[in-house]
Amino acid sequence: MFESLSNKLEKAFKTLKGQGKITEINVAQTVKEIRRALVDADVNYKIAKQVTEKILNEAKGKDVLIAVKPGELLTKIVYDELTELMGGTVQQVKLVGDPAIILVAGLQGSGKTTFCSKLALLMKKQGRNTLLIAADIYRPAAIDQLKVLGEQVGVEVYAEPDNKNAVEIAQNGLKYAKEKNKKVVIVDTAGRLAVDEQMMDEIARIKAAVKPSETLFVVDSMTGQDAVNTAKAFNDRLDFDGVVLTKLDGDTRGGAALSIRSEVNKPIKYIGTGEKPEALDLFYPDRMAQRILGMGDVISLVERAQQAFDEEESKRLTKKIRQNKFDFNDFLSQLEQVKKMGNLKDLVGMIPGAGKMLKDVEIDDNAFKPIEAIIKSMTPHERGNPDLINPSRRKRIAAGSGTTLVQVNNLMKQFEDMRKVMKQMSGMQGKMPSLPKARR
Amino acid sequence: MGFFDFFSKEKKEKLDQGLTKTKESLFSKITKAVVGKDKVDEEVLDELEEILIGADVGIQTTVKIIKAIEERVAKDKYLGASELDIILKEEVEKLLLTKDKAGTGALELLPGTAPYVIMVVGVNGVGKTTTIGKLASQFHRMDKKVVLGAADTFRAAAVEQLKLWGARTGVPVIEHGMNTDPASVAFDAVKKAKEIGADVVIIDTAGRLHNKVGLMNELTKIKRVIQKFIPEAPHEVLLVLDGSTGQNALTQAQEFSKATDITALAITKLDGTAKGGVVIGISDQLSVPVKYIGVGEKIDDLQLFNTKEFVDSLFSREKK
Repeated sequence: MFESLSNKLEKAFKTLKGQGKITEINVAQTVKEIRRALVDADVNYKIAKQVTEKILNEAKGKDVLIAVKPGELLTKIVYDELTELMGGTVQQVKLVGDPAIILVAGLQGSGKTTFCSKLALLMKKQGRNTLLIAADIYRPAAIDQLKVLGEQVGVEVYAEPDNKNAVEIAQNGLKYAKEKNKKVVIVDTAGRLAVDEQMMDEIARIKAAVKPSETLFVVDSMTGQDAVNTAKAFNDRLDFDGVVLTKLDGDTRGGAALSIRSEVNKPIKYIGTGEKPEALDLFYPDRMAQRILGMGDVISLVERAQQAFDEEESKRLTKKIRQNKFDFNDFLSQLEQVKKMGNLKDLVGMIPGAGKMLKDVEIDDNAFKPIEAIIKSMTPHERGNPDLINPSRRKRIAAGSGTTLVQVNNLMKQFEDMRKVMKQMSGMQGKMPSLPKARR
Repeated sequence: MGFFDFFSKEKKEKLDQGLTKTKESLFSKITKAVVGKDKVDEEVLDELEEILIGADVGIQTTVKIIKAIEERVAKDKYLGASELDIILKEEVEKLLLTKDKAGTGALELLPGTAPYVIMVVGVNGVGKTTTIGKLASQFHRMDKKVVLGAADTFRAAAVEQLKLWGARTGVPVIEHGMNTDPASVAFDAVKKAKEIGADVVIIDTAGRLHNKVGLMNELTKIKRVIQKFIPEAPHEVLLVLDGSTGQNALTQAQEFSKATDITALAITKLDGTAKGGVVIGISDQLSVPVKYIGVGEKIDDLQLFNTKEFVDSLFSREKK
């Protein structure tokens, strides 16, 4: 995510490297390059200008510092500026009222319905009794889409397929939520253009009718220069509380994030990072700035890992490892856990340095497929007792999984090595450190 | 065999209307830039650059346009600032027309193809299914026999959405339900189209981000499977781009081209805001022609793109 922008800035910084200290001339050149990179990354032209002017001033003031490398210094200045621009600290949604109501609005195709189901899952995971309301009465099958997604994440969906009044549906849904003692209500609305007076009026009326404690504006992270205008129009009408940035698993440079935040002065609260219901993250401006600058994002990775890994499961595993009884069943469940964390390339991209190194390498979620096939071709007894697997069994497993004997042998060898390492580690530390508690 | 002449007077009006916002902002800004100036100088050009970039024309194309104007100014020393928009129009036209491969922009079904196979691809949320619905009803109204293939088997209720469009327009939809193999849906749709002697078959596919290798390979497979039945199909691979997308649109086009050799572009959601500029950038930067543009929600708001008409519309002064 945002890789291209960090690449560009890196290139811009190279001009500075090896020049010893910041002079007005080389800063001016670099700043111009940064501005180009920002605009090319879809940051609004005016905002890019503001940012780079500020950077220029900051950098000039600091040219006396010889102790720091100019590139590093400028990186720091740009990082600080981007972080500030994108909103300082992380912001959560406001859940006030019983039930707390969240209204979701945005342009067509920005990803509102998908986001609603992801947010519903998140609320459910936090132990909140949640209801989704389907108030998109325009797009064909929009209601069905929310119903299917609701079922997928196990959250009830309120819909009135024959009612052509979105305001009424929202009100009825709210009534229903109160009856059923729901704690959080998420209202999905139709996509609309900011210039469509009638539709903008409808969303304003929905807002007035349900009085949400949180109104979220969903925007596609690939949006271009127009992002500021759209955000401004929605904000003028709805005075929304936060922004959701979707489709960040693409390769967009995501300048919209910078533009919107500074144009309407509303925080970005969530980012969508994939098609799976779990692929929703809080927006951390500092990490995003780090990421833009290619500094990696270890914290995000750790947190996502923690959420996906079941705590019970990890306790059970720790115990097995300590007893050196780690077997193929555990291995398989580990694989499942890793897959749950989302797109592999995304995960790798969060490791500092790896993103740059691997930017042209295609990592595909199917990489695990042959391994899974091999393990699944073992009998349950074999999985529990890896030592049993002799050459003739290996041959059978290879045939059964559509792999080769070499692949099976490799996996067996890797598995043995893994067990050895695990044994050493548990011997060294007495016990495996348990995973820290998931952040809430 | 050219079909309906899209840019009838009525259609032209709609195009004008749909692009009103684009024009207004483009012109009010250019007017502002030249106010109190009697010639095109550095400052005016800087302003112009800002205006073009702000309209999502993109840096590279903007620089190209500015350079061309700069050269003309240098050559013709008496160029007045008031003529700036005329010059700009000429330059944009020149830029686009040399790239114009769509010719007259008439909707053509290649003779002897029956069925003419159109495969529609794009990232999530650009308006593929809606575009297909509009296309289908336009073909249907031309008395063409249309078949739709619901090969978006991934997004929740996508099949349902296409079926609703089918029911609305009275066009059969071939579907295998959700989470089925999209390639086999495509195959069956083409097969069915051939059986019933349909003129056009349009295949809907799931939205996919172009950096997901597995999903892009799936597209290649769908295409291959269609070719098993009709070797020269799909006759048209239509990439749908969202008009409000920024510079990523170019990457999308490049990556989808790699996977499926796209032959035409549809740019949607051009109504409403100052987004027409993206068409200039895309036409300039890509070798694939823009074939359709979407300027509104109604069925007729999906129009065939014609470079000349588009530029005329973009630069025609408001007559009040």
